[in-house]
Amino acid sequence: MEAPATIDVISEHNKKKQRRARINKIILYIALALLSILTLIPFFWMLSASFKTNNDVFTVPIQWIPKTWHPENYSIIWKQIPLATFFKNTIVLSVVITFIQLLTSSFAAYGFSKMHFKGRDTLFLMYIGTIAVPWQSYMIPQFIMMRHLHLTDTLMSLVLLQAFNAFGVFLMKQYYTSIPDELCESARIDGLTEWGIYRRIILPLTKPAIVSLTIITFVNTWNDYMGPFVYLSSTENKTLQLGLKMFVGLYDTQYAYIMAASVLSILPVAIVFLVLQKYFVEGIATSGMKN
Amino acid sequence: MKRAQHSHFIMQVTSTDEKISKQKHRLQRKNTLIAYSFIAPNFLGFFIFTLIPVVFSFVLAFMSWDSFSTPKFVGLDNFSKMIHDTTFWISFKNTFLYTIGVVPFTLLISLGLAILLNKKLAGVKFFRTAFFFPYVTSLVAIAVVWNMLFHPTMGPINQFLRMFIANPPGWTTSSQWALTAIVIVSIWRFMGYYMILYLAGLQSIPKELYEAASMDGANKWQQFKNVTLPSLRPTTFFVTIMLVINCFKIFDLVQVMTDGGPGRATNVLVYEIYNEAFVKFNFGYASAIAFVLFVIVLGVTIIQFGWNKRQEKA
Repeated sequence: MEAPATIDVISEHNKKKQRRARINKIILYIALALLSILTLIPFFWMLSASFKTNNDVFTVPIQWIPKTWHPENYSIIWKQIPLATFFKNTIVLSVVITFIQLLTSSFAAYGFSKMHFKGRDTLFLMYIGTIAVPWQSYMIPQFIMMRHLHLTDTLMSLVLLQAFNAFGVFLMKQYYTSIPDELCESARIDGLTEWGIYRRIILPLTKPAIVSLTIITFVNTWNDYMGPFVYLSSTENKTLQLGLKMFVGLYDTQYAYIMAASVLSILPVAIVFLVLQKYFVEGIATSGMKN
Repeated sequence: MKRAQHSHFIMQVTSTDEKISKQKHRLQRKNTLIAYSFIAPNFLGFFIFTLIPVVFSFVLAFMSWDSFSTPKFVGLDNFSKMIHDTTFWISFKNTFLYTIGVVPFTLLISLGLAILLNKKLAGVKFFRTAFFFPYVTSLVAIAVVWNMLFHPTMGPINQFLRMFIANPPGWTTSSQWALTAIVIVSIWRFMGYYMILYLAGLQSIPKELYEAASMDGANKWQQFKNVTLPSLRPTTFFVTIMLVINCFKIFDLVQVMTDGGPGRATNVLVYEIYNEAFVKFNFGYASAIAFVLFVIVLGVTIIQFGWNKRQEKA
């Protein structure tokens, strides 16, 4: 007689617990949904304004969905400023810098993590030392140097300054160290050259690291503002970021066009990020936990 | 004869020994050369375009150089000029206030978001992407859209605020509120980044700790206070340090949103360095201000380093 009653009590208790868990879950979902909408509001606003006429951008109350659609905003802006040139410059910079950074820092990281030679730790200490120095405190000597080389106002200057970043070597070394040395040792005994070990063992094992560094470098270069701002002055050399700033300065009341250009400047990076975000997040978590 | 043979044998042994050591030596040298060849492509670029400028920047801080004249060593002149330069002090104060505004809120919000997202829920990835999105989008675009949202008369933010107060702030056009506007945008932009660091920290807490705590009858709040927070202390420390350093380096958001204005209301350290170096071409004086920035960042880094050492010992 007693046993079923206890079971009843327990199942009643479990049911209560389950119900509470479900309610908690719903509350959590609602909270997350509200917070993420709040976070993304500026983007919704930007997107909606980019399809309006200039007069409709600031209406009271806010029109989240434009009353009349003006997709032609997106074609007009290409004629108002040399947007194609800006796109081209940004793509060239991002691709070239990412490529050189990836190639040279994955080589260097192999040397620093898997090979033993005199002076290794001293050399690596130099890299670590400069990571702590903010770019803004040595950008002036860099600029003087570039002026001597007659490279100011060229894309080349930014490639030279950004492609040999200490951060890349650091991030790659972090990953390479996690691969056991025994793997390389046994490959050496089997007669593989260092280059062979790098190409056949290390590279295939560190694909995530490579994707991480690629996306982080690409996004950073694409979004960089201060570097191009210091170096690039003529319109034909400007990047998308500088071009967008120029647009705002020239046509500061053409709100809808400015928003359309903003959407375009975000779009490529947003796509790259959405596709490869797993690696981006992993890269940040790895490099963030460096200590 | 036997002795001769014997000594001959010894000689042979030493010679092969020598040969081996020579071979080993040669191998080692070859190995070093190969290692250098791996490092060289990056190191050359790094050495010329980063290391030399870093070293040179310390020298430049003690020189007077207005770009067209020849550089001259002036000792501490730049620094004594700085002490009496009100614009420098305003930029210093603004950077400090900006840091005070950004750090605690970003810390709290990113921790809160990380805790909400550290659950096995369907769709968690979507929310993570949403909070992280501001961090990856181009700065100029977000600065421009926020400027419109903050527009004092027509902007949606003030339209919303007018429902509650008659005279909402002028935000980027008011010298009293401009810095606050930049702080708000910064928090919004950075929170996703530090949320990721906090998520990594949360995921490294062993599940057994929570099990043990709940066996001891600790409720959710007690678990948070006694397990989560102490376990996250290294992450919190690291995030704080990173935040402080990044706040002291702020430039682009200020340049695009307010251009240091109105007046000097949002003039920050790096803005001042930029202005002295690339607008007025006072390379020496600008480098001295840059040196101050470096000392601040170095100081914060050393604190972190010392703390890490202490943690390792404990």
